[in-house]
Amino acid sequence: MNARARRPFSREQRLTIIQGMLVFVLIVVVLQLWLLTATMNAWLGGDESLVWPAAAASGAGLALNVGLFLYLTRLERTRGGGG
Amino acid sequence: MADFHRDSRAPIDPTISTPGREGLTGTAPANLYARTIDREQITIAPDGAPPDMQPAWRQDFPIDWPQDLYVERRDFMKFMVLTSAAFTMGQLWIGVQNWYRKRTAQPPVQRIASVDEVAVGGSIGFTYPNEFEPCLLVRLTTSEFVAFGQKCTHLSCAVIPRPTEGSFHCPCHEGRFDLRTGVPTAGPPRRPLTRIVLELRGQDIFAVGVEERT
Repeated sequence: MNARARRPFSREQRLTIIQGMLVFVLIVVVLQLWLLTATMNAWLGGDESLVWPAAAASGAGLALNVGLFLYLTRLERTRGGGG
Repeated sequence: MADFHRDSRAPIDPTISTPGREGLTGTAPANLYARTIDREQITIAPDGAPPDMQPAWRQDFPIDWPQDLYVERRDFMKFMVLTSAAFTMGQLWIGVQNWYRKRTAQPPVQRIASVDEVAVGGSIGFTYPNEFEPCLLVRLTTSEFVAFGQKCTHLSCAVIPRPTEGSFHCPCHEGRFDLRTGVPTAGPPRRPLTRIVLELRGQDIFAVGVEERT
């Protein structure tokens, strides 16, 4: 990895990055909320076929969010503390 | 003294007695190695005016607004990730409940009443498949019986049969269900009432199953 790649992001850059992440995370969370209500409605109505696929999809959304969060902590670690 | 803090890039008077050369080593100015403030650590007020132009309270308690903005977004993102985890836990909880529901045995066959005990247009209450599930048996005609779970599919209030109107009525939020099919016809409920499968054996009416519907 060259010196240019190792250079930490400035605070302005990190703010832009975190805003992008936040938008993405919010979209995923809204989708998860919709998925949960739809699954609950279907399951209470006796439709059991959706339960595990929906849980897998929700888990994938969580994995994306956790991945982004880990990326954020890594960014801050290279910066030496994000405040 | 003010001259001491001048711009370090400005040319220095080479005269040894110059005040700006006090404490010098060689020809470097004294403040050359002074700790400089990182550009990111400079507090910028929301109005962008310099610190001297800010009100006294802000000068006494300066807040690093850009940093504050960054930290609040980061914390909000952490909270959203936790929310995401909670939703996933909810999905898994549904899965566990589903496994538990499938694991339980088939509902028992249970006698509800004899045909003569229910008048045409009348109804009686019973519990099925366990004592926590109130149900209603309604006699539509001399030969037609229907039975449904009494819990409204909106928020589980007890529905009341209204045979003259041909409906079940939920008094909590004015929900209505068709008396014959249990399908919601008005109000907030979106799912039909749970149907109890009936079987007529001689003069007795039996509940033999539960049918959840969407």
